[in-house]
Amino acid sequence: MIPLQALLLLLMGFVGTTVVLARDPLRQAIVNSVYGLIGVLLFVVFQAPDVALSELVVGTVAMPLVLLVAILKVRRK
Amino acid sequence: MSYLPFAVAGWLFFVGLYGVVTSRNYIHLTVCLTVMQSSTYVVLLAIGYRDKATAPIFVGISRTARTVDPVVQALTLTDIVVSVVVAALLLSLTMDMFGRAKTVDPDEVRELSS
Amino acid sequence: MSRRSRIGLFAATAPIFAALVFWGLAGLPDFGHYNHPYGKLLSRAAPVDRHTSNVVSATTFDYRGFDTLGEEFILFASAMGVALLLRDVRDVESRRPYDRVEDDAVQLLGILMVPVTVLLGLWLAAYGYITPGGGFQGGVVLAGGLVLLWAAGRYRAYRAASPIPLVELAEGVGAGGYVVVGLAALVSGAPFLQNLFGPGHFGTLLSGGSIPFLNWAAAIEVAAANVLLYNEVFEEYALSLRSRR
Repeated sequence: MIPLQALLLLLMGFVGTTVVLARDPLRQAIVNSVYGLIGVLLFVVFQAPDVALSELVVGTVAMPLVLLVAILKVRRK
Repeated sequence: MSYLPFAVAGWLFFVGLYGVVTSRNYIHLTVCLTVMQSSTYVVLLAIGYRDKATAPIFVGISRTARTVDPVVQALTLTDIVVSVVVAALLLSLTMDMFGRAKTVDPDEVRELSS
Repeated sequence: MSRRSRIGLFAATAPIFAALVFWGLAGLPDFGHYNHPYGKLLSRAAPVDRHTSNVVSATTFDYRGFDTLGEEFILFASAMGVALLLRDVRDVESRRPYDRVEDDAVQLLGILMVPVTVLLGLWLAAYGYITPGGGFQGGVVLAGGLVLLWAAGRYRAYRAASPIPLVELAEGVGAGGYVVVGLAALVSGAPFLQNLFGPGHFGTLLSGGSIPFLNWAAAIEVAAANVLLYNEVFEEYALSLRSRR
């Protein structure tokens, strides 16, 4: 195992814990985007470019959008 | 040291499960569920990895090059795209429930109203 | 079950479950010593049999095409579920809010980036079986181009660019097209989803047999399902705008 893989795995575990511990949904949405970015780097280092593309595209376009509108809807009324 | 990917995946699964169990907000619960799903991606890719191997894309490399496993990558990439749409379904359930019960706390929504 | 009993159950059973899971994970082969014959066989066989250089796409749409069919239908059902949940209290379309971005720099960026994003999505989907990419990724980027139209432009421009009947038709065509290609193989006497056409030239767009058709069916279906999803989401946002004014 190369050191970059070990570093990214440890980082992923740490940021994943932070995602769960962030109780406010808006803060959690931002930490979730960071988590997705580390996931992209990890998938690239695991020699999986298709999976990295998938996670990048989904974490940029789809997930923040749906999360933010849900947070907005639940707060407005 | 070679147990690290599986240890991180197991840790992510149980941290996500802890988040789901102790959550006070359905949106927080949905994101914790996606953390649990991402632990399975780490396990799958860690199973398929080979030392000193490259990606299974034969552009510019010889056809007998040493590659990682393509089957787990195929399973994972469709999984990622589908998981966000399922998360959107869960969030729309949350929005609908908020419209009726005016709360997103799992403990305050006790019974189905008649 | 109440919160206290739920947490108590978790605290009691999670350590046992965790011990089992970690013990089971320790029984896997060491990280890096992958030794299954199936993956090695596919890496050798796909460039030779199907003339595709992206073995992952060949696996998704040919060797494990049946699993992808299941995933596509999960997508289809989830988009339909979101539409069912969020569509009931929507009023007529003539009262759409006139919501536009005021800042000129953001609008200029949107005008420049929307065609780039759509082209990127089309390229990812088209060359998906040659270089990294594929129908799934390209479909989401295509839907993302439409999101950019809404985010950096006008809500009405977004609505004009994505008429709902057309998007629903596209989703049905994508999901049904996949099944039709599989059934075509069945009709001609081969098993369901067998690769019918000849392999073609390695490294060009004309390779892979029926993989390009399945690839594009998946791209169209994923793009349409995502657009339907975002449409429901934007309608909810527009509804909240209207109630604010």
